[in-house]
Amino acid sequence: MVRQLVLGAALLVALALFPLFSPWSTVILTVALCEGLAALGIMVLLRAGQVSFGHGLFFSFSAYAVAFMAAAKLGHEALILIPVATAASGLLAAIVGLFIVRYRAIFFGMLNLAISMVFFSLLEKLFSITGGADGKRVPRPTLAGMEFGREQFELWIFYITLGLCLVAALFVARYLASPGGKALEAIKSNETRLEYLGVSPRKVLFGAYLLSGLLAGLGGAVIALVSGHVTPELAYWVRSGEFVFIAILGGIGGVAGPFLGALMFQIIRGYAAVYAPETWHAVLGVMLLAIIFFAPAGLYGIATGSRRKEGGR
Amino acid sequence: MLLLAALDGLAYGSLIFLVAVGLSLIFGVLGIINVAHGSFYAIGAYVAAAGVLAIGAMGLPAWLAFPFLLVAAALVGTVVGGLVEIVLLRRVYGKEEVLQLIVTFAVFMILEDAQKVVFGVQPYFANAPMNWLGTVEVFGIFYTKYQLILMPLVALAVLVGLRFFLRRTRFGRAIVAVTQDREAATAMGIDAARVYLITFIIGASLAALGGALASATTSLTPGIGAGTLVLSFAVAATAGLGRIEGAAVAALLIGLGRSAAVYFAPEFDVLIPYLIMMVVLLVRPQGLFSTVQTRKV
Repeated sequence: MVRQLVLGAALLVALALFPLFSPWSTVILTVALCEGLAALGIMVLLRAGQVSFGHGLFFSFSAYAVAFMAAAKLGHEALILIPVATAASGLLAAIVGLFIVRYRAIFFGMLNLAISMVFFSLLEKLFSITGGADGKRVPRPTLAGMEFGREQFELWIFYITLGLCLVAALFVARYLASPGGKALEAIKSNETRLEYLGVSPRKVLFGAYLLSGLLAGLGGAVIALVSGHVTPELAYWVRSGEFVFIAILGGIGGVAGPFLGALMFQIIRGYAAVYAPETWHAVLGVMLLAIIFFAPAGLYGIATGSRRKEGGR
Repeated sequence: MLLLAALDGLAYGSLIFLVAVGLSLIFGVLGIINVAHGSFYAIGAYVAAAGVLAIGAMGLPAWLAFPFLLVAAALVGTVVGGLVEIVLLRRVYGKEEVLQLIVTFAVFMILEDAQKVVFGVQPYFANAPMNWLGTVEVFGIFYTKYQLILMPLVALAVLVGLRFFLRRTRFGRAIVAVTQDREAATAMGIDAARVYLITFIIGASLAALGGALASATTSLTPGIGAGTLVLSFAVAATAGLGRIEGAAVAALLIGLGRSAAVYFAPEFDVLIPYLIMMVVLLVRPQGLFSTVQTRKV
């Protein structure tokens, strides 16, 4: 426990100080944090032994919600856009969750994939509404009522995101330690016994699904603001697959894992873009296999020195 | 229009049946959903196209392309499929399903890039076999014999052949035995590891065969693997995983649904398979042709 806190705190401080030394990195770091949030959502589901290949749905839904609200001049304030868009994707997660919690394993994963791909094609085909494959531009909103220049805005958004990540991580850690979180793990180990205890696995999974949808939505809302542009690619299965990759890479043993994974993912992406631009998904694939077979607890497991087998087998 | 849509649906359905039945067979026996299945399809298609183009370039008789399609499928299934099973899948049998999914997902990412490196990103056209067979007139519509006769025929042959193989031949029965009770089958002297390997190779070859047949009808571009995977999963899940005859019906259903959409609502043709799968799974989570606790294969 102490080690986890130390690791989390060290990560937080390192992240907070980083932009002071290298201003160019703020956007990349913000993107990493957004993906870390979505991967945190995946991690919650992985705790229940379920994997979603479709969380791009919530990521993109919230990003497009931001784009539409900004375009309709409904909200031109980042501090309003983010929570409203996150709530919208939470609502979507509640609707999808109503029926998806009835499925397990491959059906759970594939139904998520199917729904997200339906949304992806809608985004791409309904050109008049969504702008098709070109996507929509997101004008830079105000922040707490103030207009900022680009760099200032990016810096502030980074620190806001960092704060949001901290709150989200602490909340998820609290949730996982709560009876609801323990029941979630019981879905993975023995669902029947959970039912014998009088707990409804569907209700437990519904809560987790809602939470994971909210987390992915939060990440999507911020990424729309910071990149200033949304495209259907946010809903594509490759994106969803990356979230799963990040969660596994980071390890699901603790809430710092997905963020570690997201940072590492950005580093790999950066290097791969230089040295293996054509084959960087293959590089990811090889790394994924290496983690699963040799370090199943992920980066988090390596960092905390835990040899528990939570991450994999 | 309606007729044209029906013919398209038939050709398309035959194609996805081949891929889906391979996926279903592998799941039925090994208990693994192979996410890399779409890559076998894509690699099969590329190898076939490259071979057909080479046959054309060397001036060899055009009919040679047809046996080559079969050879290409078996080659891809045995080499690539066999390698994946031996090196990776063997280590994860009986582990968590999530883990198996992620391992095959990693294989998928590797194979997708590998095929880009080997075959490049330019589209391939190798429609010589289709043109060689010519066209046939059905109710006033000219349609290629390749799509109208050859493809459904191959699908039918696979369906009948697979049924016969699993029910009547010694090795096929060994596969069914291992599926039902691996320990008992092993005690009877069946080499379960070999059964798994060969089943996986057969499944992979069927996907590659689907790709090889498809290579003559469309141009090949990177990314065809992903679409095919989801589609064939939709077919397999609609039918009920592990159901072979059911997969044929579901493939036809989804093939017809999709080609109808191509003609009547072209914006939404990609949506139809997902919608069919979602509706079926909502109403019958176990698929159309499975009972809740069913024998697989």
